[in-house]
Amino acid sequence: MSQSYNRGLIEDFGRWKEFSAGMWAWIFHKFTGWILIGYLFTHIAVLSSAIAAADGQTIVVGGETVNAYTGTLQGLESLFIVRVMEVGLLAVAVFHILNGCRLLMVDLGIGLEAQDKSFYASLVLTGIIVVASVPTFMQGVGL
Amino acid sequence: MAEHYSSFTPGGTMWLLQRITAAFLVVVLAFHFFLLHFVNHAADITWQGTQMRMQDLGYFLTMVLFLITAAFHGINGVYNALVNQGLSGTPKKVVLAVLTLAGLALVIQGVYVALVMRGMV
Repeated sequence: MSQSYNRGLIEDFGRWKEFSAGMWAWIFHKFTGWILIGYLFTHIAVLSSAIAAADGQTIVVGGETVNAYTGTLQGLESLFIVRVMEVGLLAVAVFHILNGCRLLMVDLGIGLEAQDKSFYASLVLTGIIVVASVPTFMQGVGL
Repeated sequence: MAEHYSSFTPGGTMWLLQRITAAFLVVVLAFHFFLLHFVNHAADITWQGTQMRMQDLGYFLTMVLFLITAAFHGINGVYNALVNQGLSGTPKKVVLAVLTLAGLALVIQGVYVALVMRGMV
């Protein structure tokens, strides 16, 4: 027996107060997806310093002359704001992964009656994983 | 309550590919984060370490496949989000062309960087 629900247009963000759990999941998934693909372009740009490194180019980081790739990555990692953004990226990636697993289950028709609960579980689990990862991500960086 | 919901439509190849890449990315993205933030700390990454990891053929191929699937999944996701948002007609074609070119450029640059890291270029 099939039953469908018409909750109206989700792209009409002005209706956000009427959104159900599944609609929030949809919006969060899109939002985190935009961030992840944007980051991928940035990530490849930063890793492209490998081309200069293979060419033998060096840069100075903290008064020390190092290989262009090592220097670029370690220079970025020495910045507090970069570490904070990495924690943010982890939060975005973990939520996208967990909600992605939830979506694959929804597509397969598994556990549909608990789809709202699995969204809340994704949020809580993301929070726990991110908080637990903060010490590792902030290791050795000064303000 | 329905027994089965699915947005799959006959001929929905892109929809299916989005799910297949998702299943792959769930595993590889988690592995990538774990390896480069918990096993090796991001702040300690060096050129020598990266070159060494890329010498492992399985790792190299996984990373290249990771890049290709992530680029496809991300670009296709953004395109679908824009279509859901009401994009249609000529702007839709232009956006598809721009996104496809951006995705191709990303993959080409990324594969080149991976080959450099492996010392093959």
